Amino acid sequence: MSKEKIFRNLAVSGPQDLIFGFAPKPVKCGFDLTIGAGTVFPEVNFTLPVMDVSTKTWPEVIAHYEEMATNILKRAVAMKVPGIVLEFEQLPQMTETPEWGAEITALLERHLKQNYEKYGLRGAARITPADIRGPAGVKGVKPVMRHGELWEKLNRSFDLCIAAGGDLISIESIGAKEVHDEGLMFGDVRAIVFALGVLACRDMTWLWSQIVDKCEKSGHSVPAGDTACGFANTSMVLAYQKLLPDVVAAVDRAMAGVRTLKAVECGAKGPSKDCGYENPIVKAISGIPISQEGKSATCAHFSHVGNMSSTMCDLWSNESVQNIRLLSGNAPEAYTELLAYDVRLMNIANEKKQGKIFQSWMIESDQNVSAIGTILAPESVYTIAKAIVAEETDYLRTVAAGKAALDIIQKSVDKKNLNLGKKELQWLERLHKEFANLPKDENVLAEEIFGTMGHLFDPECYGLKVAAAAAK
Amino acid sequence: MTDLKKLHKAIVEGDAKTAVEVTKAALAEGAKPLDLIQNFMIPAMDEVGKLFEEEEYFVPELLLSGRAMRGAFDLIRPLMAAQGVQPTGRVVIGTVQGDLHDIGKNLVAAMLEGAGFEVTDLGADVAPEKFVEAVKAKNANIVAFSAMLTVTMPKMQTTIEALKAAGLRNQVKVMVGGAPISQAYCDQIGADAYSDTASGAAAIAREIVVNQKVSAQFAEKGEKTLAGIAAAGKGTK
Repeated sequence: MSKEKIFRNLAVSGPQDLIFGFAPKPVKCGFDLTIGAGTVFPEVNFTLPVMDVSTKTWPEVIAHYEEMATNILKRAVAMKVPGIVLEFEQLPQMTETPEWGAEITALLERHLKQNYEKYGLRGAARITPADIRGPAGVKGVKPVMRHGELWEKLNRSFDLCIAAGGDLISIESIGAKEVHDEGLMFGDVRAIVFALGVLACRDMTWLWSQIVDKCEKSGHSVPAGDTACGFANTSMVLAYQKLLPDVVAAVDRAMAGVRTLKAVECGAKGPSKDCGYENPIVKAISGIPISQEGKSATCAHFSHVGNMSSTMCDLWSNESVQNIRLLSGNAPEAYTELLAYDVRLMNIANEKKQGKIFQSWMIESDQNVSAIGTILAPESVYTIAKAIVAEETDYLRTVAAGKAALDIIQKSVDKKNLNLGKKELQWLERLHKEFANLPKDENVLAEEIFGTMGHLFDPECYGLKVAAAAAK
Repeated sequence: MTDLKKLHKAIVEGDAKTAVEVTKAALAEGAKPLDLIQNFMIPAMDEVGKLFEEEEYFVPELLLSGRAMRGAFDLIRPLMAAQGVQPTGRVVIGTVQGDLHDIGKNLVAAMLEGAGFEVTDLGADVAPEKFVEAVKAKNANIVAFSAMLTVTMPKMQTTIEALKAAGLRNQVKVMVGGAPISQAYCDQIGADAYSDTASGAAAIAREIVVNQKVSAQFAEKGEKTLAGIAAAGKGTK
């Protein structure tokens, strides 16, 4: 049963309250770790090198995770980090065989426990099963989200990983990706808004109500949060490759905040996941701590907001790095050291009461480089968050977030702070028009999108009734 | 008389409605299908590709042009089939087993369709045997794999092995791509071609079909291909 709590107000009184290390609602988890209470911790994410994952190679897979956990924690102790989070982002095979994901979860917990008992290293493991529902992206096949073998496996993966001691439970859920992808590819704003504001929010509510319920029953695991990785990160990466307009990606990011917030409205406590660059909006509204990635995640992907994304974080992540040999050791431990230095600077800045000064440099570094940077500055985040809570429904909140982002970008362009090219300006103008023409009633949009993209999604999988679908 | 420059313009501007209207009118007036393709549609898509390469077009503009081209081409296809003209080529595409990242693959598929290929998109997380089945069923010229994760890269080689085991390797070209893939990896696993961009992949696919063995196979059979016609028209073959 959904126990949704809709946020009507913000958790912060202004952008000045948004700062790294501090969240209005800190989270206790794992081995004596409290996140968001004044200290930023590194969150290290690691993966396998080029290799096959199968029954045959499973002992080798386990050996890699043993090595990575051992070396990361050894380096963390050497660097005297104040605490650490290990993220285990499962590969699809590890969720399809839920026992595999649970085995690695138990392995990480064992290492964290040993280091806590021996060295007093505070820590927690974030466990992130892969959202294998679907099947994803098969032409002519509508994804099945709420039943079937794939959902059963994912469901069981959550159960087994929680039973194996997973401290923080997360997922990068993909509900509505089939419509959002099509919207991005064709620059179809109405489809993007419908995907995020209607379908994705419905899927998040359905999924996260169950995850929260499982975690609460465990008495140990914390329902941490989701990320719009399959949505706004797709558009961000495409924008950086000049395949999509930056302004589309920026507006998409702002709107994704409403979708990611749904996990918290269903009971997630944070820290929300690292690759959700929309997380500051979620923090401003809900007060939960957030994980972020940026300049020290260049091993995983490119971004223009590597400093900006650290300005409000509570965990600081490297996104993902392979277990390959470097001169100083293997890459996961090298990135642990990198993150340790990053968080040490942030924590010292806060201890010296100069966190806002340090933050201002990081804001200025990225704010006017891209439209995404512009909308992720604390003042912009606060404005977007206010626009979201002022509206009633997820759909209207999504539209409001998009409009607020557009206004912020436009003002920055008008003031000549943000310099956009001719094509970007054409798209900005187009977006203004498209948003002005969106219907007030989401049902009108649902009927319209079903008419044009009904071949891509099944409304029933989102608990949505569409008259045109019923008539078929 | 219909102004066929409007067809070219409609495709470049991604205006499917106009592209279809102009094509309908032109065909009703007795325009030759091959003339429409060779002198208006393919040059229009070439211009779109150039605008994309020069970063004047984003993906949406590119795909809307592709949609306009397909709208017009759907009217012409039955007439072409009646004349025994084949599509540019047949491509089976998918993300390899264990990999759910599919937007790059989707872009490549769309670019290939825009270039006149018949594309069978198997989606994401595709098992080697599914690729084999589809290559057989579609009599594909090219099979294209995408991988976004380092741990799914080895499935490319597994899939190539499956094609070999099925006796299909010599009749199909293998193209690979995805963030962790490189030309070196392509060579290492015995694939035929690699591209790091969607538009590059379409260009390579066209090159494969026109200039290499597949084109020769078609020529031996006395069949015509759209790509062959276009290339011959430009004197590049």
